[in-house]
Amino acid sequence: MFGNSSRADWIMLIAFSAFVLAAPILLKPFGAAYPDLLQKFAIYGIFAIGFNILFGLTGYLSFGHAAFLGVGSYASVWMFKLFTMNVIPAVLFSIVVAGLFAYIIGFVSLRRSGIYFSILTLAFAQMSYNLAYSVLTPITNGETGLQVRQLVPADRAADYVFILRDEDLRWVDQAFGVVEEGIPITNLFGMKMSGYPGFYFCAVLLILGFFIAMRIARSNFGMVLKAIKSNQNRLSYTGVNTRPYLLAAFVISGMYAGLAGALLAVTDPLAGAERMQWTASGEVVLMTILGGAGTLLGPVLGAGIIKYFENIFSSINDTVLENVFSFLPTTLQEISIAVTSMFVGEGWHLTLGLMFMIIVIFLPGGLMQGLNHLIGLFKRKISTKSVSADSSG
Amino acid sequence: MAILEVADVNKRFGGLHALHHLNLQVEEGTTHAIIGPNGAGKSTLLNCFVGRLIPETGSVTFNDASLLGLKPHQINQLGVSRVFQTPEIFEDLSVLENVMIPAFAKADGAFRINAWQRMESRAEICDEAKHILEEMGLVEQREVLSSTLSRGDKRRLELAMCLIQHPKLLLLDEPTAGMSRADTNNTIELLKGISEHGITKIIIEHDMHVVFSLADRISVLAQGTVIAEGTPDEIKGDPKVIEAYLGGELG
Repeated sequence: MFGNSSRADWIMLIAFSAFVLAAPILLKPFGAAYPDLLQKFAIYGIFAIGFNILFGLTGYLSFGHAAFLGVGSYASVWMFKLFTMNVIPAVLFSIVVAGLFAYIIGFVSLRRSGIYFSILTLAFAQMSYNLAYSVLTPITNGETGLQVRQLVPADRAADYVFILRDEDLRWVDQAFGVVEEGIPITNLFGMKMSGYPGFYFCAVLLILGFFIAMRIARSNFGMVLKAIKSNQNRLSYTGVNTRPYLLAAFVISGMYAGLAGALLAVTDPLAGAERMQWTASGEVVLMTILGGAGTLLGPVLGAGIIKYFENIFSSINDTVLENVFSFLPTTLQEISIAVTSMFVGEGWHLTLGLMFMIIVIFLPGGLMQGLNHLIGLFKRKISTKSVSADSSG
Repeated sequence: MAILEVADVNKRFGGLHALHHLNLQVEEGTTHAIIGPNGAGKSTLLNCFVGRLIPETGSVTFNDASLLGLKPHQINQLGVSRVFQTPEIFEDLSVLENVMIPAFAKADGAFRINAWQRMESRAEICDEAKHILEEMGLVEQREVLSSTLSRGDKRRLELAMCLIQHPKLLLLDEPTAGMSRADTNNTIELLKGISEHGITKIIIEHDMHVVFSLADRISVLAQGTVIAEGTPDEIKGDPKVIEAYLGGELG
């Protein structure tokens, strides 16, 4: 079962795993080597890998994937509140719930293609977002968001089965006699899921998700998905029923999003409706296109870059800039700070926007296209014998 | 034995009577050409065969099974493949992948998730794909992205995609439209070559040179109905056909 991958794929998988596991060391020079941010890289990497299975392979652009992220988070927090702070049931439950939810939304949305499909998914996501704030308040706890709380005192437990806003039950943990002091932290069979253990949990799932996505992309199923993107009309005249293939891709990518949502809840046991907003759906589209839609590594790269900008670039303030430009004369220093401060701190969106524009215009295949191009140039230089360098990685 | 039978088919588009009480029988193993002036209803008829259009009345039966109401992929699964006017291939995929997809569709049916096995691990399909590409003279280019092929090679690839499915009926919609004389002759040779597969073919064509080089039987369509049918020699001398092509009134 594992013997079928080609050599190049194995090398890529091993290099990817090594990079992810060594990220706490490798990303230190960039100031990004703290667990909270690394967890975000891994989680949004999973989200983008899953999104890429739909968008990158079939070309169907979903604008509502944040809904599955949100559903995954809610499902996880409910598992924490009702049963146990162990992350395994929460993660599994979230994947299943997000998959079912994706099946329903996909079943309806995939009746249309192109922009109409995108609008339908967007409508569903916005509907979920608004429902989470209004009708579904008993499940989502509205604006406050769903949180892990202290246990209900034993004598009042019976009253609290359906109203669990401020206090939790955790039946399984209680049955095993886990003693809690204050609000507990998520754990993996006792190992606390905060800091680096939390990151490594996400990292292992990222690698697993990457491996599965790679197998899908190389399989017969993945080839049909690529053919849908290339020429759906021809495919149906070739005897392939395209709708169930699309639905399967949609559900799989929804499950990835559910997993990402669960991990967000694992690292910080709180689920809010804002996670389902359309901006979050748009973000994953940006990540995928920035890194390279349809490539394997691209979406992870894009997710990393956007989260890096959001967290690091945005924290550069005038004091930091003053230090950077301290070698300049005062007037020049002030001008330099005034100019660069537009692009950092609050202005990080501007930098990201410019970068996105440049990449879409000059590298429509995303950063991976640029990278492959560079590798191709490099290969050509070292092997002067073969003129045609094949750089399709 | 008739492999395809069209009986009393009517199709209207608003006020236009595109197909008018049309009857047609295609014998198994023959190459049947459908010719006629522009607007005669040739493409409408073809679209009724492949499931894109449903006629208002009448029946279209293939091997004693009705094709009406079936989706394109279901009709293909019955053994009907088609070639489009402009070659329709998967331009983002390699030449080999282009022929492997129809082979998988034939072997695995319209829907089967096989997300774990690598494509290349199905040796019998790989071999068959390479064999068909060899026959079409494309085996050297099997790793090439199919969008980079020349137009003539794209036509060959599309034919390979149909032939790998061993269809019972092959529909060719103006296979030489917009081609140069040399390309047209190449295509004729190619289509003559695949007669050896014993596949029934329906060719819709404007170019009389192509029709008379390939067809065993010819049906002439005008104003949505068959005005003449016969062997190429019979059709050549038929005054009604000449009249239809010159645009005269039908008697």
